[in-house]
Amino acid sequence: MTALLRRYRFIVPYLLLTPGLIWLAIFYVYPSVQMFISSFWSGSLERGFTFSLSNVHNYTDALSRYQDQIVRSIFFAAAATVATFLISFPLAYTIAFRAGQYKNLLLFLVIAPFFTSFLLRVISWRTILGDDGLLLGPLKSAGLVGDDVRILATPVAVIAGIAYNFLPFMTLPIYVSLEKIDKRLLEAGQDLYATPWSAFRKITLPLALPGIFAGTLLTFIPAMGDYVNAELLGQTPGTKMIGNVVQSRFLVNNDYPTAAALSFILMAGILVAVAVYARLLGTEELVSSAG
Amino acid sequence: MVAIPGAPDPGHCPSGTRSDESPVTTEVAVRLVDVVKKFGDVAAVDRINLEVRDGEFFSLLGPSGCGKTTTLRMIGGFEEPTSGLIELQGKDVTWLPPYRRNVNTVFQNYALFPHLTIFENVAFGLRRKGGLKDAELRSRVTEMLRLVELPGFEKRKPTQISGGQAQRVALARALINRPAVLLLDEPLGALDLKLRKQMQLELKRIQHEVGVTFIYVTHDQEEAMMMSDRIAVMNSGHYEQLADPETLYERPQTRFVAGFLGVSNLLAGIVLEKGTPYASVRLADEAVVRVPAAAVNGRADVEVGVRPEKIRLFGADAEPPSGLNVLSGTVRDASYLGVSTQYIIETKNGSRVSVYEQNVERTIHGSLHRPGEAVHLGWSPDHTFAVGPSVADASAGE
Repeated sequence: MTALLRRYRFIVPYLLLTPGLIWLAIFYVYPSVQMFISSFWSGSLERGFTFSLSNVHNYTDALSRYQDQIVRSIFFAAAATVATFLISFPLAYTIAFRAGQYKNLLLFLVIAPFFTSFLLRVISWRTILGDDGLLLGPLKSAGLVGDDVRILATPVAVIAGIAYNFLPFMTLPIYVSLEKIDKRLLEAGQDLYATPWSAFRKITLPLALPGIFAGTLLTFIPAMGDYVNAELLGQTPGTKMIGNVVQSRFLVNNDYPTAAALSFILMAGILVAVAVYARLLGTEELVSSAG
Repeated sequence: MVAIPGAPDPGHCPSGTRSDESPVTTEVAVRLVDVVKKFGDVAAVDRINLEVRDGEFFSLLGPSGCGKTTTLRMIGGFEEPTSGLIELQGKDVTWLPPYRRNVNTVFQNYALFPHLTIFENVAFGLRRKGGLKDAELRSRVTEMLRLVELPGFEKRKPTQISGGQAQRVALARALINRPAVLLLDEPLGALDLKLRKQMQLELKRIQHEVGVTFIYVTHDQEEAMMMSDRIAVMNSGHYEQLADPETLYERPQTRFVAGFLGVSNLLAGIVLEKGTPYASVRLADEAVVRVPAAAVNGRADVEVGVRPEKIRLFGADAEPPSGLNVLSGTVRDASYLGVSTQYIIETKNGSRVSVYEQNVERTIHGSLHRPGEAVHLGWSPDHTFAVGPSVADASAGE
């Protein structure tokens, strides 16, 4: 057996990959193909579905019918990603550069809330953001905001919920890339007449880019497809995201073709967005090094 | 405290004394006045006073933990002194941040910016200062890369070059800003021996070419001797002696300096007579030797020193020429080293003396002194020095 393995040594990497490949084939490739086929179905659950390439209008129909939700998803996900970044970067920076002996404690605190269930966290946000909740209640009784002001069931609540739920996915990659920066590079920058601010812009930020890139992707992609936050914190037609539509098409209306088409539109949209983003960030790096 | 510039008075400098020794006519590039740096209770730098002259190659030499790097970092602005004053070209810069000092640093591990090309690394300082047209910036970078012999490396990234090349880029990146002073923190430490030797010559050439004051931190005495105009030999937070390499080697003033630069034979003795030009000192084995009076420096107890290569060996029945300091002893060990032969001689009272004899006049298995053989050791009084145990004691005797 070992002799055989030695002889066919080139096979070993493939052997090691096999479990993962099988997993991917069963749980990703097969369902994807299945879903791609369903997106070209017509008919209904009662009468049965039939496949036809002419059903490509499923895509155009879905696009035009759920245009609002698609645009809203992009907007919510983008807004939540920006908000997460604005909170995460200073947080990660402080932990990486200033926390000293409290580094591990702070990192633990970043992920500590995530030991409770996702749903529970979102539900507790309902309590916090509720019309007489932890946030608005005291403000209202103090007369600082009007009685009719609400946060729950508005886009703000959904975006805030998403931002909160994806915080560690942004913070940790940024932390890792900041932590890796050799502090002597910043000294070298200051030695070469860079003020602390310009050293930050020209050295720290470019070197943190891989972390920022990873963090934004890890936030933006799942945020685009998220439906729990919109479902529990939005609750109104005006806050429905594409995830909610897919969910209701699939599980409530049994409209598999539309749901499948929407899923592929979402996937394609994310791929395009990521490609554009990677391109922009890549160019940005080149631009910053040239000037 | 040690007086500011440290070369002893020229009267007893050996031949080859440098002509630019008068500090009166030379501009001062860097002046440290009573500089102290404490980390907690530990004084890393303990009241240093020194002046580095404009255009000189100045080295801070010492073992690790002697405070040399801390001193350099204070000049660069990366550490603030606990007390004292740092002047750069006559201007007080003690509290200025690094980016407002006309000083640049070559860091120990180069600290090149990994995300920038070699061109952008070198141009970094000029871009921050601003006010240069693109074409001029481009030509300055190109010229600088030529100076460090890396033309055509503009587009590479720091990960794509070797250690020696990174070293040159670090040098170019600092020098392009035409600093008043260039600080070098063990810049050759990461290079292998051959490359290091080559870079030593290169650094000297470049310093000569650009005429910038270099302050060089190293623990390698050979490196410091080969490159420096003057060296401050540092030990536990202060310097023990500041002089040109020749003076340091020929006239070390303390036991530490005598031991740190090269090999020294030190023999304890009592001053019998403080005459001029030579004082007489009686050594532990009753032999009386003559030592330049200035080296004895008024002390009563000294350690008499002589370098191994200054000593000549004579057979027991030979008569050493008069005028030499002479000791008698027995050869304990003889090792053939190619260029020279190293002898260990035990004197009458049991002290051991190293002697290096050049293998010039010797034929194969010729005049080698054998272990067990009785010999005389002879050396010129002019090659004799005397050290005190430490700087503090030496000045107390004055």
